[in-house]
Amino acid sequence: MSRPPLFKFKLYTAEDTENSALAYANLLAICKAHLEDRYTIEVIDVVRHPQRALADGIRMTPTLTKLSPAPSRTIVGTLSQTERVLVALGIEHEEPTTVKRRVVQRAV
Amino acid sequence: MSKRVRLKRPAVKAPTGIAGFDSITGGGVPAARTTLLVGGPGSGKTIFALQFLVHGARHEKEPGIFVAFEETPARLVANFERFSFNIGELVPKRLYFMDAQPAPDLLRSGDFDLSGMLAALGAQAAQMGARRIVFDALDIVLSMLPDEVTRRREVYRLHEWLLAHEFTGIITAKAGLTEADSRGPQPFDFMQFMVDCAVMLNHRVVLGISQRNLRVQKYRGSSFDENESPFVIGHDGFDVAMSRTQNRADNLVSNGRVTSGVKRLDTMLGGGYYRAASVLITGFPGTAKTTLSGAFAEAACRRGERTIVVSFDSDGSEVIRNLTSVGIRLARYVDSGVLKMVSARAITGSAETVLVRIKSLAKAHRARCVVIDPISTLSSAGNELTAHAVAERLIDWCKADGITLVCTSLLDETSTNHNGGTPLQVSTLADTWIHLNYLVQAGERNRGLSIIKSRGTSHSNQVRELILSDSGVTLADTYTAGGEVLMGTLRWEKESAIRAAAEVAEVETRLRRLMLEAQEAELQQRLKSLHTELIAKQVEKALLIRTRASRKGETSRVSLRLRELRGADVIVPRRK
Repeated sequence: MSRPPLFKFKLYTAEDTENSALAYANLLAICKAHLEDRYTIEVIDVVRHPQRALADGIRMTPTLTKLSPAPSRTIVGTLSQTERVLVALGIEHEEPTTVKRRVVQRAV
Repeated sequence: MSKRVRLKRPAVKAPTGIAGFDSITGGGVPAARTTLLVGGPGSGKTIFALQFLVHGARHEKEPGIFVAFEETPARLVANFERFSFNIGELVPKRLYFMDAQPAPDLLRSGDFDLSGMLAALGAQAAQMGARRIVFDALDIVLSMLPDEVTRRREVYRLHEWLLAHEFTGIITAKAGLTEADSRGPQPFDFMQFMVDCAVMLNHRVVLGISQRNLRVQKYRGSSFDENESPFVIGHDGFDVAMSRTQNRADNLVSNGRVTSGVKRLDTMLGGGYYRAASVLITGFPGTAKTTLSGAFAEAACRRGERTIVVSFDSDGSEVIRNLTSVGIRLARYVDSGVLKMVSARAITGSAETVLVRIKSLAKAHRARCVVIDPISTLSSAGNELTAHAVAERLIDWCKADGITLVCTSLLDETSTNHNGGTPLQVSTLADTWIHLNYLVQAGERNRGLSIIKSRGTSHSNQVRELILSDSGVTLADTYTAGGEVLMGTLRWEKESAIRAAAEVAEVETRLRRLMLEAQEAELQQRLKSLHTELIAKQVEKALLIRTRASRKGETSRVSLRLRELRGADVIVPRRK
């Protein structure tokens, strides 16, 4: 059995805005639930480090970037739709319903 | 930060470098405030915004940032290569393009905001000292936001950020295609209330002719021209038509005269056209409008004045050839560079486009005289509404620049309203109005010329016949008969009748004189013969007297002799 991959995340936030805090909380919850200790999260506050935002091309906050494992993915928003985020990040998980998997495209 | 405070004070308005727009708004968009630019697709929002940045970076020492939501910076720069902006030399020090396109594979989950972008922008702006910021196609990113409330929140965030940093900002956003569509609430209506200045751009197609208009919808704390102003996008970007109400050209009134190219017409006008006047020559097809304007052009070239002839009907070379047949030779002036012939058939688009083209051509040629043949083309299908204003601005522009303008205008022979009015109603604006028409008399059509008006000059009220010959254009002598000016063969007949009458009179005089001479001679003769007769009579008389005396003597001698011979009578001795 191969060793499960390590997930590296960067989360760009804007000071202590509500959606940034929410995104961080959601990310943490997902990681704890599905990745145990196979993850690292770097949080970058663009207000304090605008040069990072400029260099990394960050336009919206909060923005989550998955650096590894490949492929890298970027998700914008509070990460509140857990199912969708899990699929996008490629995190294996127990699916609540297999049918819904494709339908959840434009949930608001 | 101290730099910003210093810059803030003097400028209330930030010039956009778009000539017409700056005069409509009295100086540009509000400085350190936000302007909303709304328009449909292809209405020129991006060009306007970019021109604003380029002008700031190049002429106002205000570097700018262009936030592109819709296109990549590389594509934008490539697109603007064809304009004269020369963006390349400004990028990236004075003009920075920020790519803010959402990545196509970007996933969205829940609420987000634009703080990241503003933070990045702030860093970039501080780095280059930017004063102007354009958000191009903000609607793209707004449409990604889940609901109206968050959209508003982000727009307010952006607006507050711009205000806090005292950037002069332009936000462009798409709007309904036409104003008629905007009955319902527009997607970004609230932005219009929020910003300090809102400008609408629209792009209509009227009968296949594209018409662009710009309208300032609001401008806090400033007066502005509220009407729609037509504009054209050309090589130099925007060209907004200036309205009469603002920059009225009252200066440069000239008393100088320029010749019309036809000597007798100059006399009729009391010395020619005024310099910088606008002259309108109207007439039906074939009444020699082009010829008359050609004569003017030739005369101008002869004086060495740079002239431009814009012909809508035929190519420049055709015009030259055709005018050569009436003794107007323009080819040499084209060769020497004094004259420029422009075939405006090549100019497609609205009347406004045509005007802008003519203006830029005339400027490039440094023309002092402009001939437009015929101006009525401006009002061709699709341009009816704008053509009058265009013609008005053309005349204003010529006046302001001291250019003498001669334009011809076709009158529609079939139209019911041809009692002198032109379709464009330029006639009311023109300083001098010459009307050419056909006068039908005795089965002939002849060209008649009359001066309907000529402001500020005393001018002849006479209808004159215009004669075209290979030696040039001239006006014929006037003959009237029974209240009508005689033209064509009637005039010729009258002329020859007068000639014949003169000949008859001449002959009669000579005959009479001869007769008198004869009579005189006869009388002289008679006088002479009478004299001779008198002498003869005198001689006869003398002879008679002498004869009688001698006869008397003879008789007495005879009777004496008889008596002597008879011897019967006493002979009285003769006393001697």
